[in-house]
Amino acid sequence: MSCCTDLTKVDGIIDSYPQTEASLIQILQDVQAEYNYLPKEAIDKVAQKLELPIAKLYSVATFYKSFSLKPRGKHICKVCVGTACHIRGAANLVEEFEKKLDVKVGGTTKDGEFTLEGVNCVGACAMAPVVVIDDKYHGGVELHNVGKLIEEVGSDEN
Amino acid sequence: MKINNQKELKAWKSKLIQEKPLDTKVILVCAGTGCIANGALEVVKALNEELAAKNLSVDVKMDVKETGCHGFCEKGPLVVFHPSGTYYTKVKAKDCAEIVEKTVEKGEVITRLLYKDPNTKEKIEKYENIAFYSGQERNALRNIGKIDPEDISDYVVHGGYDAFSKAVTSMSCEDVIVEIEKSGLRGCGGGGFKTGRKWRSCFKVKGDKKYILCNGDEGDPGAFMDRSIMEGDPHVVLEGIAIGAYAIGANEAFIYVREEYPLAVKRLQKAIKEATEAGLLGDKILGTDFSLKININRGGGAFVCGESSALMLSIAGKVGEPRAKYVHSTEKGLFDKPTVLNNVETFANVPLIIKNGSDWFSNQGTEKSKGTKAFAVVGKVKNTGLVEVPMGTTLRKIIFDIGGGILKNRPFKAVQTGGPSGGCLPEDKLDLPVDFDTLTDAGSMMGSGGMIVMDDRTCMVDVALYFTRFLVGESCGKCTPCREGLRQLEKMLENFTVGKGCIEDLKKIEELGWVISQSSLCALGQTAANPVLSTLKYFKHEYEEHLNGRCSAGVCKSLTTFVIDEEACTGCTKCKKVCPVDTITGEVKKPHTIVQDKCTTCGVCVAACPVDAIKVK
Repeated sequence: MSCCTDLTKVDGIIDSYPQTEASLIQILQDVQAEYNYLPKEAIDKVAQKLELPIAKLYSVATFYKSFSLKPRGKHICKVCVGTACHIRGAANLVEEFEKKLDVKVGGTTKDGEFTLEGVNCVGACAMAPVVVIDDKYHGGVELHNVGKLIEEVGSDEN
Repeated sequence: MKINNQKELKAWKSKLIQEKPLDTKVILVCAGTGCIANGALEVVKALNEELAAKNLSVDVKMDVKETGCHGFCEKGPLVVFHPSGTYYTKVKAKDCAEIVEKTVEKGEVITRLLYKDPNTKEKIEKYENIAFYSGQERNALRNIGKIDPEDISDYVVHGGYDAFSKAVTSMSCEDVIVEIEKSGLRGCGGGGFKTGRKWRSCFKVKGDKKYILCNGDEGDPGAFMDRSIMEGDPHVVLEGIAIGAYAIGANEAFIYVREEYPLAVKRLQKAIKEATEAGLLGDKILGTDFSLKININRGGGAFVCGESSALMLSIAGKVGEPRAKYVHSTEKGLFDKPTVLNNVETFANVPLIIKNGSDWFSNQGTEKSKGTKAFAVVGKVKNTGLVEVPMGTTLRKIIFDIGGGILKNRPFKAVQTGGPSGGCLPEDKLDLPVDFDTLTDAGSMMGSGGMIVMDDRTCMVDVALYFTRFLVGESCGKCTPCREGLRQLEKMLENFTVGKGCIEDLKKIEELGWVISQSSLCALGQTAANPVLSTLKYFKHEYEEHLNGRCSAGVCKSLTTFVIDEEACTGCTKCKKVCPVDTITGEVKKPHTIVQDKCTTCGVCVAACPVDAIKVK
């Protein structure tokens, strides 16, 4: 997949920031927003343009949780595991999603449709337990809703 | 339009008020994340269509009450009529025709949409009569829910930028700092450091370039005060920063916002643009020599970046590993320049102090903790939401009066404050006044304001394990005691939850917790053992119970077997319907049974049972 990645947009992203180390995280965030993950070639390119060692970029990209070095699914399914959600049963929800999607937290389904993530609080604690699928918030999610939530995402496309 | 001086700002405000007096009828629709999820945008659309069809002059205004902030998100979308204060919950698009016809045109109240008090069952019409709101004192949250966050003129009409213009045009930097010092304002992010003292020490440092930073990296799970302020009232954050920048002599600011808060970023960006266009940010503001540029940095999803030195490294594009603070940030901070860092809520208090004077602020609160503090009251409580009360208010008042008590009237077990740095307090600590110092003495801390209420179905060993796991994942790894010690703590706690703990481990946990707290560099490590140590201090019996292979809360799966009490069971079939693995059998109106071999002990049936007939064996 990476051999075919179109990197033309990376230049535009880099050029929209001052070419200094301080822009690094912002640039990587925009690259990830564009490509859904950080392609190796894009990292090389950013390193070259900002004149930073590649190791430095990897240290940043692996330190911050929001970055992914692997392609992520078409849909990002985030189960909130903040404290309020935890005590209202988030752990059971995570298990149910793992079972229904047949993937572990942090992983992507084989068909590339879903990436399942656990997040530490999305700040919507009053609606606990919360699941965010493709930036849409679902509050008060119960175990038996899980299948429906996944189906809805699939059917939205059709 | 561009405002060139204080006179023009006043003239603009008068013009705006003349055009639209403050008592103009407005329908406020909550557009927080929770209400949007429940269909608030459809309600706005339907209201607009109904009003347009009837050619009425009341405008439907987008409100900003962010998720949970008003506590009734599960009852959203919320609609409030201004100025009457009539308050509707769970409004659907199909209700809008009736709302316009009855409430807007005839002033009639639709009883079915009113809020019902969970304890008295009484229907309450007015916003201000609902216990959740009437018990509060809203300063930092004052505008949220009242103004349109995407419209600077609405902020100006409500007194916005008055304090800033007063500061830059009629006060010296020294005057501003003295006012903040006298107010006693302390850092609301959890540190509790005196804001005035911080500003003064940076002011004293000579330097051509200084920075002021706003910490919006609200990392504590269960806390969302800052999110609510950034999303619901972004200009108050900018105004507070601008006053601070003027006081210390900084001309560039950064707001560091959590990655999980995209709406906050959007609203702040819009606010910065509007304020710059209005001449309230930028070069030579209001005809003075003061200039200020505000930038936004998005965080990368690392909890440790809420720590000041890590945050500064992150803004500089580096890995956020805290450094030793032999030299204070006020001397050498961001890019090695003198820097002040304050939290969102702290900044939100600043304009009010400048406007109303330090005495007004210091008259509220306790001797050492002045003013008010916002808390996110969440968990097993009836009214979940943001609560702002004077410092020194008791936990009991916050949880039982304002919060309405425990969900389903179950017994209270503990309240967790201070996030992963805090601890769990039991019932006999409920009468403690909440301020910076009292909670720390009790083995927890006030922290940024998360308050998670737990009932008898919460397992304290599981809670301790939850926080320890969280911190294992978030430790930056620089200090060995934090990185490795937490892993060992996690392992021991894990053993307890699966019935493999041993009595000696209790002692080891205490010792290790002490070592981690003494030998870590930053606050993350220094406080990392608090959740474990506080549960061990107040809930030791639960650890002992786990040693005996039982988790009476029914949370730790390997120690739990659920059974249905045949005498109590009414055969309502609710448990059977919700069981995700279909392992409950029984006929209507006859006692049900759980077939154990398929049961996953998920506890869904326990929550569904209306007569509390499902017990832990």
